[in-house]
Formats: sequence, structure tokens, C-alpha cells
Amino acid sequence: MANEQEPLEQIYRDEWGRIVATLIRLLGSFDLAEEAAQEAFAVALDQWPRQGIPANPRAWLISTARHKALDALRRKTRWEDGGNPDAKLAVLAQEPTVAIEEDGVVEDDRLRLIFTCCHPALNADAQVALTLRTLCGLTTEQIAKAFLVPLPAMAQRLVRAKQKIRDAGIPYRTPPRTELAERLQAVLLVVYLVFNEGYNTAGEGRALSDEAIRLGRVLCELLPAEAEVRGLLALMLLHDARREARKSSDGDLILLEDQDRGLWNRKAIGEGLSLAESALRSGPGPYSVQAAIAAVHAQAASAIITDWPQIVALYDVLLRMQPSPVIELNRAAAVAMSEGCEAGLRLLDELEERAELRGYYLLPAARADMLRRLGEWSAAADAYRTALALASQEAEQRFLTRRLAEMEAAVRLEP
Amino acid sequence: MQYLLLIYNAESQWDALSEAEAAKMHKEFGAFTQSIIASGNYKGGNQLHPVSKATTVRVHDGKTIVTDGPFAETKEQLGGYYLIDAADLDEATAIAARIPSAGMGPIEVRPIVPMG
Repeated sequence: MANEQEPLEQIYRDEWGRIVATLIRLLGSFDLAEEAAQEAFAVALDQWPRQGIPANPRAWLISTARHKALDALRRKTRWEDGGNPDAKLAVLAQEPTVAIEEDGVVEDDRLRLIFTCCHPALNADAQVALTLRTLCGLTTEQIAKAFLVPLPAMAQRLVRAKQKIRDAGIPYRTPPRTELAERLQAVLLVVYLVFNEGYNTAGEGRALSDEAIRLGRVLCELLPAEAEVRGLLALMLLHDARREARKSSDGDLILLEDQDRGLWNRKAIGEGLSLAESALRSGPGPYSVQAAIAAVHAQAASAIITDWPQIVALYDVLLRMQPSPVIELNRAAAVAMSEGCEAGLRLLDELEERAELRGYYLLPAARADMLRRLGEWSAAADAYRTALALASQEAEQRFLTRRLAEMEAAVRLEP
Repeated sequence: MQYLLLIYNAESQWDALSEAEAAKMHKEFGAFTQSIIASGNYKGGNQLHPVSKATTVRVHDGKTIVTDGPFAETKEQLGGYYLIDAADLDEATAIAARIPSAGMGPIEVRPIVPMG
């Protein structure tokens, strides 16, 4: 039984988004489409283990879901409209099955769904939740857990998003060429938000980074001409490749320079490198440049022999595209590695004066690290204390506490 | 679908326009209105007098209280509106972006609840 349910689970993961996307176009409703898809999968779960998996599971699921939706609509029209045939019902009954089974049509539907979920008229939280629910097939409960939001609040967020799509008339379509680049930015941001959420949180979060990489692959398939889509997938793969190396067995954070590079996932790095290269060749955008930075790290055998001047140069390119104090902070850390900690500290002073990063724990943490390298134990300890007061994640706090204890011990040993 | 496009501006910005600039803006509004009439999107629209000419009515326990001006002190005021017919939100926002004063203040796009 278990080995018969496994392929069904795989089919669910691969096909849910496609099936829901097509059903939304046919039914004109997110809710109806989700319900119908859910019912179809329930029937499959019941029948397939006994009768075997049909030759074309996707066609079977869409056709079953269509019948379920027809039933639901008939019930609804009988009850609510006194038996008047509903327009949707007519469309649905007429839609030739063959048209909805063709790959091209299904893929177009999936693109429509992505762009609708990431429509700028929805707020970022709603975009993320809706994408994970409708496109990835995560349950509301799974999404709520991953984002540490109470279940009723997450359910409400999804309900509101779907109501806005319906009532405000957000269209179910892929934007025209002229708007595609701009709208794609919103889609990429949602995927990257999902990835980072997964990358930065323990446990449940794991699933989110996997989901984001899967979404990245889908987008690459659907929009092969867009370099930034490849850039983003490369960036995610190159970061994800370090997953096993960046936390110790007891969950402590391990910095890039201290990681056992033998634990890095070479397969993911290989794929990331070739994607990054191809993205950069077609005209670099911010994701491709960030992927290039990750690629320089991925190719270095150790932190010391990393090509730091190259990394500083890439941060310069990135800052021209996308000015941001956080990127400046990362650049300062690279400068410290390439030109020395004094140079890095001067850049941190400038950043601190501008006060844009007030409250951001990584600014004092970077200062502490540079002071530590210079052997300024006491000043480093002060900076670690400041960082510790601002850090919110447990793994970060443990790391900073450990470093602070080392500094305090070093101060005591000083003559 | 029908949408109400609510045109918000800081009234002080309008007052600061020179006579020539105001005439130009007026002409542009005329041309814009003509263009959405021609495309079949136009259902109605009007410019409003400034809030200094507004009167607020409130009813408390069946008693009507009439006062001068609007209650909320906001930076931007409702200066006019268009009622349009559009296929979807994307068409409505594209039309909103073409309103001549859109560079001076936000346009709120509100879907109309269908009757019945």
C-alpha cells in the first residue's frame, strides 16, 4: 500500500498546480477549482491503489475534477437560481476534453496562475500564501506552520486574497510582452521570499526552500528566454548547496568561512554554475549577479583563497543596479577580506553614520567579526553584545553568545 | 465591470499652478475624457469643488448635525472622479494611469458592487 501511495504523492506534487490552473480558467473561480481538484485527488487515492494508475493521470484527474465541478455547479444552480442554467455550467459542459489535455494549453494556464497569484494588487503576504496554496499545493496548515502564523489567520489571508481577485476583477492572464518584465519582478520576488523563509528557518522551513527551487524550475521551463529566471534558480541552488554545511548537528550556525566544504552539494553547485553562466551571458540582472557572487564562493576551496576582489567588483555591479544598505554591508565584509579589516571597518563607520541599518543585528555582528580578526578582543566583545541584543533567531543568538564568550576569555588572558 | 476612479490631490498643489499650467491641465482632462468616451469606457465623471466648499452631515440619535468642511484632516483630498467600464482591473489601472493629474497624486481604483 505504502509503495502504491508514493507515486500518487509524486503525481500530486507534479500535477496539482497544473490541474488547478486549468480548472481556474474553466471555472472562473479559485475556490471551485481547488475543491474540484481536491475531490479528484480523493477519488484517485481511493481508486488507484485498487485499479492501478491510469495511463495519463493528468487527463484523468482534470476530467474527474471537471465532473465534480459540474456536479457542484448543478447543485448550486438548482438551489440558488431556481434551476436556471448557469453560464459557467454551459461553458464547462462544452469545453472539449481534448483541448485541456494538451501540454501547451496546460502550461499557458500555469503561467496565468503564477502571474495572477503575484498580481501587484495583492499584498506580498497574500501573493506568497496564494502561490504556495494554489500553485504548489501546500495545505493552509502547512503554510501557516512554515510562516509561524496561526492557522485561522492564514486561512483568512487566503480567503481575502481570493475575494479580492474576484471582486476587484484581477484578470486571469499572462501579462502582455510590454508589461512582462515588470510583472516578472513580482513573481521572482515571491519565489525568493519563499526560498529565504525556508533557508533562514529550521525544521518546517526546509520544505519552503525546496518548494521555491521547484517553482524556479517551473518558471525556467515556462519562460526560457528570461535570463533573470535562470539567475534566480542559480542563486537558490548555489545557496541551497551549502545547506548541510551551514548548521552543526546541534543546530548551531556555521559561517561560510568555517564550513566543511566537503559537505557542499556538488551536483547542485554544478547545475547552479552553468545556469549562472548562461544567465550572465544573456545580460545580467540583480539575481544573476548575486548568483555570480555565490558562484565565486562555490568554486573556492577555502575562504582564504576565495577571489575576494572579484566578489567586491560584483557587489559594485549589484549596487549600481539595486542600491541598498544591506548590499553595502555585504560589500564591506568582502572588502575586509580583500583589503584588510581596517578598510572594512571604515565602510561600516560610514554605514553606521547613515543610520539606515539601525536595529539590524548583522551590522554590529560584522563589526565584531572584523575587530576579532584584528585581535581587538574588548571592542569585539562590545560589538557582539550589541548584536546579541538585536538578534531575533535562536541559532543567531547561540552563535553570538559563543563568540562573545570567546572574546571575554581572550580579554581575561591578556596581560 | 465598473470601477470608480477616485482622484486624490493636495489642493495646495492645484492652487500653486500658474494660469498657463492650469489651462494646459484643463485641456488635457478634456482630451482624456474624450478618449475614454471614444473607447467606450466612460460612464461618468466630475471635478469637485475644493473641501473648503464642502459640508458634512452627521446623524446622531435621529438628530441631524450640519457642519462646515470634512472631518478628517488628510494631506490629499478627493478632487474628482470617473466612473468607467473596464474588462478587468488591469484595464482599469491602465486608464487610471492616463488621468492627466495622476503625476500629482494617487488614483484609487474601486470596483463597483454589481446591483442585484
